[in-house]
Amino acid sequence: MFADYSMPELMSIFAMQGFAGLSLFSIFVLMALGLAIIFGQMGVINMAHGEFMILGAYTTYLTAGLFETVMPGLYGIYFFVAMFLAFIASALLGMLVEWLMIRHLYHRPLDTLLATWGLSLILQQAYRSVFGAREVGVSLPDWMMGSIAVTDLVEIPINGLIVMVLTLVIATLVYLLMFRSGWGRQVRAVVQNRPMAEAVGIDTGKVDRITFALGCGIAGVAGAAFTMIGSTGPTSGQLYIVDTFLVVVFGGAQSLLGTIASAFTISQAQSTMEFFLSGSMAKVLTLLVVVGILMLRPQGLFALKVRR
Amino acid sequence: MKTTPSASSLMSRENLYFLVLAALLLLVFPVLLDAFRLNLVGKYLTYAFVAVGLVLCWGKGGILSLGQGVFFGLGGYCMAMFLKLEASSPEATASQSTPGIPDFMDWNQVTELPWFWQPFHSFSFTLIAVVMVPVILAFIIGVAMFKRRVGGVYFAIITQAIAAILTILIIGQQGFTGGANGITDLRTLMGWDIRGNEAKTVLYFVTSGLLLACVLLARHVLGSKLGRILVAMRDQEDRVRFSGYDVASFKVFVFCLAAALSGIGGALFTLQVGFMSPSFVGIVPSIEMVIFCAVGGRHSLLGAVYGALLVNAAKTGFSESFPELWLYAMGALFIAVVLAFPNGIAGLYQRYLMPLEKKILGGLGKAANTPPTAAARRMEETP
Repeated sequence: MFADYSMPELMSIFAMQGFAGLSLFSIFVLMALGLAIIFGQMGVINMAHGEFMILGAYTTYLTAGLFETVMPGLYGIYFFVAMFLAFIASALLGMLVEWLMIRHLYHRPLDTLLATWGLSLILQQAYRSVFGAREVGVSLPDWMMGSIAVTDLVEIPINGLIVMVLTLVIATLVYLLMFRSGWGRQVRAVVQNRPMAEAVGIDTGKVDRITFALGCGIAGVAGAAFTMIGSTGPTSGQLYIVDTFLVVVFGGAQSLLGTIASAFTISQAQSTMEFFLSGSMAKVLTLLVVVGILMLRPQGLFALKVRR
Repeated sequence: MKTTPSASSLMSRENLYFLVLAALLLLVFPVLLDAFRLNLVGKYLTYAFVAVGLVLCWGKGGILSLGQGVFFGLGGYCMAMFLKLEASSPEATASQSTPGIPDFMDWNQVTELPWFWQPFHSFSFTLIAVVMVPVILAFIIGVAMFKRRVGGVYFAIITQAIAAILTILIIGQQGFTGGANGITDLRTLMGWDIRGNEAKTVLYFVTSGLLLACVLLARHVLGSKLGRILVAMRDQEDRVRFSGYDVASFKVFVFCLAAALSGIGGALFTLQVGFMSPSFVGIVPSIEMVIFCAVGGRHSLLGAVYGALLVNAAKTGFSESFPELWLYAMGALFIAVVLAFPNGIAGLYQRYLMPLEKKILGGLGKAANTPPTAAARRMEETP
C-alpha cells in the first residue's frame, strides 16, 4: 500500500495524518483520563461516560450562543469560560448520579454497567428532547481558525494544536492531583483498602463522590474540546465509549501514564491507517490488534505491580 | 448454593412452571393472537434463546458477556446467506450483470461469489454452521481469555469491543455482507415460501418447540454436577480451582453453550423476520439482550423467557404509541432492575407470589423450611 507514494510524500502523509490523529488523541486522553479515574481507581464501569462528555459539549454550545448574542466582543475567550462551565455541569451531574445510584452498587461492578447504560439511554433521550436530534456545532473564534504551514505539504490546524496543549495541561493537573496531593492519596487509599482507609479516618463516601464527580468533570472538558473538531449530536458520545474503554484497559487500568500512552498508540494507528485503507477497515484493524494484544497481555501495557 | 428446599417438591414445582410456559407458548398464544402478533411473539422468542444462554453464563457462571449479539448475528447471517443464495438463482437474477450472485454483490461490483459464501449452498452445512460458527468464535475468545484468568469486567469490555468490531466490519464490507442494510429480500427455504402467514405460524411453532427443548437442555446442564461447579465458580472461584477443577475449561464450555443457543436464536430470527442486518449484532442490541435476562431474573431460565417476551412487548407497545418515551422507559428499567430488584421477575415471584401460592396450595411446599425471602437475599449477595 505504500508503493504508490514517493518518500517525501509518505513522510508528509505520516506527518499530516499524525497530526489529525492528535486531535483524536486529545479526545481519547480526556475521555480516558476521566474513565481511568472512575473505572481504574473506583472499579465503576461508567457506560454513560460518553453522555457526560456530550453534556460538556452542549454546555459549550450554549455558552458560545450566549457570548454571541450578549457580548460578541468577548467571543474570542468564550472557549475558556465554556470549558470551565462544562467541567462544573458534568461534575455536578456526576455527583448527583453517584449519590442516587452508584454508591449503592460499589460491591457489584457488573451491575454498575447496566445501570449506567440505562442512565446513558435516559440522557440521550433528554438531549434529543432539549436540543433536537440534529447535530449542533459552534463557530470557532477567528484566532483559532486557520492553520500553520510547516512545509509545503504539511499544515497544522490551530484548533487541533490548542486542544492538544489543553489536553496536556489537564493530564498534568490530574497527575498532580492524583499522585502529589493529599486528596489523591486519600483516593488511592480508599481504592486499595476501603476498611483500612475508613479506620484511619477518611470519609470514604465523600472521597467516592468527589472522585466520581472529578472523572465526569474531565469528561465534560473532553466535550468542550470535542466541539472544536466535530459537531455534537445526542448519540455522539456513544460512538466513543467502546474506544475509550479499550484505551483504558489497553493502557493498564490503574496507570494514568499507560492511559496516555495507549490513547496515543490507538489514535495514531487508526489515523495513519485511515489514509491508506477505508475508515471502517482502519478502525476494525486497530480494534482487532488491541483486542488481540489484550488477549495475550490482559493486564494492559503498563500494569502496576501491586501485591494483593 | 442452590436454594433447594427438597429435591422432589422442587422438581415437581419446576416441572409445573415449565408446563405452564409450554402451554402458554403452544396453546394460549396461537389461539389468542392473530398471525401478525404471533409472528411478533415468535420474534421475541428468538431473543429468549439468547437470554437463556445468558442465564447459563452470566446468572450461573458469573461471566457477563456483552457480545451475545455477535453470536446471535453470526447464526442469523449464516441462515441469511443460505436463504439469499437460494433467492438469487441465475433465473431470478437474470437482469444483473453477473447472474446467480446476491443482488447487493452485483450493486457493489463484485463479480464472483466469495469463497466463504460457497459452502452456504448446502442446507446441511448451513444448519451446522448456525451452531458451529458462533461456538468456534466463542471457543477462541473463551480459551484466550479464561486460560489467562481474564474475567469479570475485562471480559465484558472485550466482548463489547468484539461486537463493535464485527458491526463495523459488516457495514464496511458492503460487497460481501450487504452492508448496513443487511441481507434482505429472503424468499424461500428449500422451495418453501417463508413469507406467508401460514409459514410464519409453522415457524412460530418450530421456534417455541426448539426454545422449550433448549430450556430443558439448559436445565439438564444446571441440574448436573457441572451446574453445581458453575455456581461454585461464580461464588468462590479460587476455592473451586484449589479443589482441583480446571475452572477455565468449565467457563469455556458454558460460554460456548450460550453462544450456540444465541446462534440458533439468530437463525430462527432470520427465518421469521425475513432479513438480517448489523443492527442486531452491535453493542446496543447486545446490551439489550442482557437486560432481557436481567428483567426476567438472571438466575432463572424460565424467567429469562418471560423477560425477553415482556421487555420486547413493552418495547413494541411503547415505541408504537409513545416513541419519545421509549428510551426513558428502557433506561429507567435498566436502573430499576439493578437497584430495586436484581433478581428480576423470577425474584419478585419468589418473594411475593410464592408464599401466597403455598398458602393456596396448602401442603405442597411444607417440606420447605427456608423462607423464600432468605433465599432471595442470599442470591442478591452474589455478584
